[in-house]
Amino acid sequence: MVARVGVVTFPGSLDDVDAARAVRLAGAEPVALWHGNPDLAGVDAVVLPGGFSYGDYLRCGAIARFSPVMREVIPAAQSGNLPVLGICNGFQILCESQLLPGALTRNASLRFVNTEQRIRIATAETAWTRAYSADQELTIVLKSGEGNFVADDATLDALERDGRVVAYYVGDAPNGSRRNIAGVTNEHGNVVGLMPHPEHAVEALTGPSTDGLGVFTSVLDHLDRQPEPALPLGTP
Amino acid sequence: MPEVPLIDTVATAEGSPDTPQPYAELGMADDEYARVRDILGRRPTAAELAIYSVMWSEHCSYKSSRAHLRQFGDKAPHTDALLVGMGENAGVVDVGDGHAVTFKIESHNHPSYVEPHQGAATGVGGIVRDILTMGARPVAVLDALRFGPADAVDTARVLPGVVSGISFYGNCLGLPNIGGELGFDPGYAGNPLVNALCVGVLRHEDIKLAQAAGPGNLVVLFGAPTGPDGIGGASVLASATFEDESQAKRPSVQVGDPFLEKLLVECSLELFANDLVEGIQDLGAAGVSCATTELAAGGTGGMRISLDKVPLRDHRLTPEEILMSESQERMMAVVTPQKLDRFAAICDKWGVEATVIGEVTDVSSEEHERGGRLVMTWQGQTIVDLPPRTAADEGPVYQRPYARPATQDGLQRDSATHLERPGPGELREQLLRVLGSPGVCDPRWVTQQYDSHVRGNTVLATPHDGGVLRVSEDSARGIALAVDGNGRFSRLDPYAGAQLALAEAYRNVASTGARPLAVTDCLNFGSPEDSGVMWQFAETARGLADACQRLGTPVTGGNVSFYNQTGDSAIHPTPVVGVLGVIDDVHTRLASAFPTSPDQARIYLLGTTRPELDGSAWAQVVHGHLGGHPPQVDLDAEEALARILSGAAGEELLLSAHDLSDGGLGVALAESCLRGNVGCTVHLPGDAFEDLFSESAARVLVSVAADSPQEERLRELCREHGVVSTALGTVGGASLSVTHTGGEFTVPLSELAAAHTATLPALFDG
Repeated sequence: MVARVGVVTFPGSLDDVDAARAVRLAGAEPVALWHGNPDLAGVDAVVLPGGFSYGDYLRCGAIARFSPVMREVIPAAQSGNLPVLGICNGFQILCESQLLPGALTRNASLRFVNTEQRIRIATAETAWTRAYSADQELTIVLKSGEGNFVADDATLDALERDGRVVAYYVGDAPNGSRRNIAGVTNEHGNVVGLMPHPEHAVEALTGPSTDGLGVFTSVLDHLDRQPEPALPLGTP
Repeated sequence: MPEVPLIDTVATAEGSPDTPQPYAELGMADDEYARVRDILGRRPTAAELAIYSVMWSEHCSYKSSRAHLRQFGDKAPHTDALLVGMGENAGVVDVGDGHAVTFKIESHNHPSYVEPHQGAATGVGGIVRDILTMGARPVAVLDALRFGPADAVDTARVLPGVVSGISFYGNCLGLPNIGGELGFDPGYAGNPLVNALCVGVLRHEDIKLAQAAGPGNLVVLFGAPTGPDGIGGASVLASATFEDESQAKRPSVQVGDPFLEKLLVECSLELFANDLVEGIQDLGAAGVSCATTELAAGGTGGMRISLDKVPLRDHRLTPEEILMSESQERMMAVVTPQKLDRFAAICDKWGVEATVIGEVTDVSSEEHERGGRLVMTWQGQTIVDLPPRTAADEGPVYQRPYARPATQDGLQRDSATHLERPGPGELREQLLRVLGSPGVCDPRWVTQQYDSHVRGNTVLATPHDGGVLRVSEDSARGIALAVDGNGRFSRLDPYAGAQLALAEAYRNVASTGARPLAVTDCLNFGSPEDSGVMWQFAETARGLADACQRLGTPVTGGNVSFYNQTGDSAIHPTPVVGVLGVIDDVHTRLASAFPTSPDQARIYLLGTTRPELDGSAWAQVVHGHLGGHPPQVDLDAEEALARILSGAAGEELLLSAHDLSDGGLGVALAESCLRGNVGCTVHLPGDAFEDLFSESAARVLVSVAADSPQEERLRELCREHGVVSTALGTVGGASLSVTHTGGEFTVPLSELAAAHTATLPALFDG
């Protein structure tokens, strides 16, 4: 069975086509999910793509977390079962949904920054990074205006202690993120937020590298190793 | 209680022929107003005056430029590639495999000076809707920017605002920004140029035109509600009918909402895909006035509109203000009654408001003769009854007087040959100065604020010579785009300057390995009422039309921006030319970075270097000088070079290609080194100063595997096409090392990079 990976389109989502392409190139079937439809269509994993959901009005991701589709995503993610990846705006939505700790604020420069960025994978123990090794360096695209990751010291200490930092920027964080954090995960390792865009580094023709593809093959590998879900009660 | 405003109806107008009207305040000349009265057989109502004043404005009617722009049609080279030519919202070009591309450049200069962020943002929004209106999915933008001196106080206000506006709107809209240019000159202080180009992709069968066909079909306004944006002129009319202080101080610059535009784009594309639209027009300058008159004029000629059905953001708007409002993110469609429900359902899905405001009507043969019949009502009373063709298509055409300014001879006599040249020991320092000058330096401070990756089809983007996109994932085909202009060359000789702008954009596209196909142009000038400026314009149009004819690349559309001047001081005449090319296999595209492959790469200069320093970056940066004659135009050489490059790309001969332009060979060598993060060693065969800084046209720097069959084949191609190829040296090491007959110099990459990249951050950070 080919894994089915849902890609949510919110009004204002922009990198949904890119996320779907990356899913396909990794060997899975992308499934388009609509923000207004509280139905995950039985997908095996979900990507919340980059963009400006709901125009980023109020605060990035603050409105998207209340959308009907998120009513389904949030409990499934909390349970530790459904792998969920948030990229850029998707990361912001995961933080606003309190699926991930911390918050993403305006870049220290107060300007949008688009750059080919070196990041270092800090843990391969998540659903979305198991194709990498810890300390592996990647070159992928960072492009955001509000990518400055902040959290209080206690939270940051706990994240680092518990191996929940997924990736660090190599060198100075171009957005001022605390402790150079580029991505984090939840306690189960099924929910990952990344500020840089792995889906823009999946083809040699268009990307700075193909280093990002591993994020999407990781989740397929993760799903392969999962036991078949038990049939719901009452199924004949 | 405020008094209920008196509505100026057609009946009122008929009964009060002598009522004075504020046509002059609306920018209409006496004879233009007289012609409106003549067309209508009575005085216009306030609403009709609003329509004619905006439709016959310079911006909408091209009344000063039209007589000259006709050459683009008259001299248009024949090409099978052109599916839709000038006159529609944008031209459409066949790029093969059933794919077509539409592209157009437009200015938003004046608003960007008044309110840089919103002015530039809405400039992007406007050109994107033009492309959408053709039935295409917008896929990328480019922008050509010019500002006053980089270190001027006002530039520190205007430039960051313009860049943040383009960044904000384009990024939120999800369009990659794949190229452009950045220039500085004192002439643009107070008159910055913000020219935005958008490109869209569609299938041949999906082309949409602005026409209201089929009597009984409905006219639907969809998108943003109408507010008091950009209606400076309408306040004159408002104050003529009633007194209300709230009408007086409204912003004249529109405010953009890219989120709504993104919804409008996706909504429109879904409407097109479901075949729910008979005709479509975007609302840009002149808003409802323009959309209704143009749709009607393009269709049966008949339309009836209930203006009070237009959804408003501010309920106090008068009919005249509604007609003139430039509120952004609005579209107008013609829809059959049977399809209205499905149309509305898709708008609802995307959260886009859609309102039926009228219908297409039949016209009698007599009405047809007069130019059709557009009727608008307000609270049941008729306030507009005019022939729409007279407003949309039959505006005034002026033969403005023009004359070569007396100062032109003196300017051309003042050649850069009189300037002090650097001695052998000064070449290095002067190269670094030119490389770090604001108009030549690394523009990353600007371009890093733009998303170049979204949608995942960007194959090349800034800083490479042209932007290259994959057309679709099921085809190897790619398109390339570049925009270029050089106001300094145009100032010295506007005929040659226009041709050099075209030649540079053409060469930049060719340097990616693509075949140049078609042109869009944005002509930025001072006041057409100045005979000297008008001469510059006439020469530019003639030069561009002649060169397009020679190179076989027709002008498909574009924009004219006049009145870019402060007092008597006009900007340099600045034609900005966009060229579109096609590349059969996008995997073979050429980049401008020297290769870091282990194989030895040899560097060749293709083309002939002449002692041409007039108008050069060197003359500007080192001596603050502008005079003489621009470089020689050689379109045969440009075409030969383009053939070599596209042939060489197709045969995968080359490792890099980089066009020579501002700064000349020295700058091109440094850029290819920095982009590849690798050094090179070259020997200059002629006069070292001229070799480094001359800006002769029709030259490209390439690299090829040394002593290989590819190198032999490249030399053979050059011989076949009569283009001189000069081996300059090899790629490698960590410095730019130059030897010449008078000595040598070496610059480590780190020093090159520092000189090239430090300039803009030093000026604009903090």
